[in-house]
Amino acid sequence: MKVTVKKRGRVMEVCPEGEIDQHSAGELRERLDSELEDKRIDRVEYDMKAVSFMDSSGIGVLLGRYRTISARGGTMDVKNARRNVELILRMSGVYSLCTERSRQ
Amino acid sequence: MKNFLRTSFMSLTRNEALARGVAAQFCLLFDPTVEELSDVRTAVSEAVTNAVIHGYGASGGTVEMELYADGDLLTVVVSDKGRGIEDIELARRPFYTSRPEAERSGMGFAVMEAFMDSVEVESEVGKGTTVTMKKRLGAHE
Repeated sequence: MKVTVKKRGRVMEVCPEGEIDQHSAGELRERLDSELEDKRIDRVEYDMKAVSFMDSSGIGVLLGRYRTISARGGTMDVKNARRNVELILRMSGVYSLCTERSRQ
Repeated sequence: MKNFLRTSFMSLTRNEALARGVAAQFCLLFDPTVEELSDVRTAVSEAVTNAVIHGYGASGGTVEMELYADGDLLTVVVSDKGRGIEDIELARRPFYTSRPEAERSGMGFAVMEAFMDSVEVESEVGKGTTVTMKKRLGAHE
């Protein structure tokens, strides 16, 4: 799957595109893990505007990367999710792990 | 209106997208809303993922998906002949996963329940699992 990653110092903005399921989640996970080898990064901002579909496989990826980031004392945000993606994020408590800025 | 479609496919994660697409195409005959289509796609994806990852895992096998239309009622049956579920109640519990190492979130059944009207699970260890999901579609004014 296509993932655009922009880094500004300690902040990494991640913009996945298309459908996130168990099949594509592996690619997303590998990409993010390789970017997170840069130990300076302690904030990940996910922009979900180009994600047309996501099932709970995506939650596994977000929670796994959150573990890495929070172990560094870092933070996460998730924004611009479409209705169904938003519902899954809400149900699984992902927003409760985000910083105030993205909580609606 | 009555219709059905039965499919079987190899237990591969790449077939999740195919299964979602087939289910969505079948649902078009209900004249569903965009939201309803998206709900069905999500629930089907969860059920098929469970069959591929938990039912068969590395051993592989065949996943069956059956779609039935009866009036405004859609029934989706996803089944595998894989390893089965020992404790269905535990498996359905939100955040429970038997595969934490695979970074599964444990939200699969909870998502199916949230997006469909009903979800039934039958399973026998060593024999396989059948998930039956129902949803009324196209009931918009």
